Amino acid sequence: MHNNYLYIAVMAAVSYAIRVLPLTLIRKPINNRFVRSFLYYVPYVTLAVMTFPAILSATQSPIAGAAALLAGIVAAWLGAGLFPVSVICCVLVFVLEIFLV
Amino acid sequence: MEPNKNVYAFSKKIFAEGMRDGFPIALGYFAVAFSLGIAAKKAGFSPMEGFFAGLLNNASAGEYAAFTLIASGATYLEVAVITLIANARYLLMSCALAQRFAPGTPFWHRLLIGYDVTDELFGITIARPGYLNPFYTYGAIVLAAPAWATGTALGIMAGNALPIRAVSALSVALYGMFLAIIIPPAKKSRIVAALVAISFALSFACGYIPGIRNLSEGTRTILLTVLISGVAAVLFPVKENENDA
Repeated sequence: MHNNYLYIAVMAAVSYAIRVLPLTLIRKPINNRFVRSFLYYVPYVTLAVMTFPAILSATQSPIAGAAALLAGIVAAWLGAGLFPVSVICCVLVFVLEIFLV
Repeated sequence: MEPNKNVYAFSKKIFAEGMRDGFPIALGYFAVAFSLGIAAKKAGFSPMEGFFAGLLNNASAGEYAAFTLIASGATYLEVAVITLIANARYLLMSCALAQRFAPGTPFWHRLLIGYDVTDELFGITIARPGYLNPFYTYGAIVLAAPAWATGTALGIMAGNALPIRAVSALSVALYGMFLAIIIPPAKKSRIVAALVAISFALSFACGYIPGIRNLSEGTRTILLTVLISGVAAVLFPVKENENDA
């Protein structure tokens, strides 16, 4: 029989190690151009990969998810911040699903 | 009032800016953690256990993957491996953050920042120009981390109390935040814009390619991230200082 708190401890230890080891071991600036470029691109690629097509299956109707994606891109392109973009996406899904679902 | 204070020194203004930017993140976290709580409940977690799992992990994909495994009676080793894989992108993010600490920043800041490197907190931290003031990120963490933990606990308690319509709408909050992070740099740089488009396309394609489609979403995210960023780094190396963009 497994103990849930032991599970939590295992998860927490791994999660923290992944985050803190690079922060503490890599103290000097990285001068390698490839590594710097790679690290520059990583966050944008990761977030893009996680957003699509996952957003289509996050909602009850994939059409609502697709609409939220487009609206989010347009709103962010026009300069809206984190919160406004999120709210626009949520409200759009809510309204569309009244008709779609 | 010292004129040339250290960049890493405490500042009420910078802490408040972190809270301002952390507020929408906390709201999104609350919503996402709520749905994560439903998965935690299936794994047999009590609200208190869910609270601690959230507080100590701060990882949506990682926790979700772990809860799913735990629900099927996984070993501790299996849970460790899935957590490692699903959260591997944080290793890359921490490498990038490590580059942003001003020389002379006290060591304990690295230990504290390492507590809550997530997609969103990383995103807003790295989006600020120049060296990092950890108090900006702390401002965001003091709102985001409790929202994440209480969201998970409430999700376990309330489970299906929230109408499915509301859950469906709230579930895109996270993606809205992702878009708000990646689109502004894509507007400024055609290379980033192209990478975002390619990432969308390949991520979509991976759901259909035999063999690859059977991998977990977390594993696919890792493979695609390394592949696309690696190729981009070879073809389009960034100029000096562009990391501060």
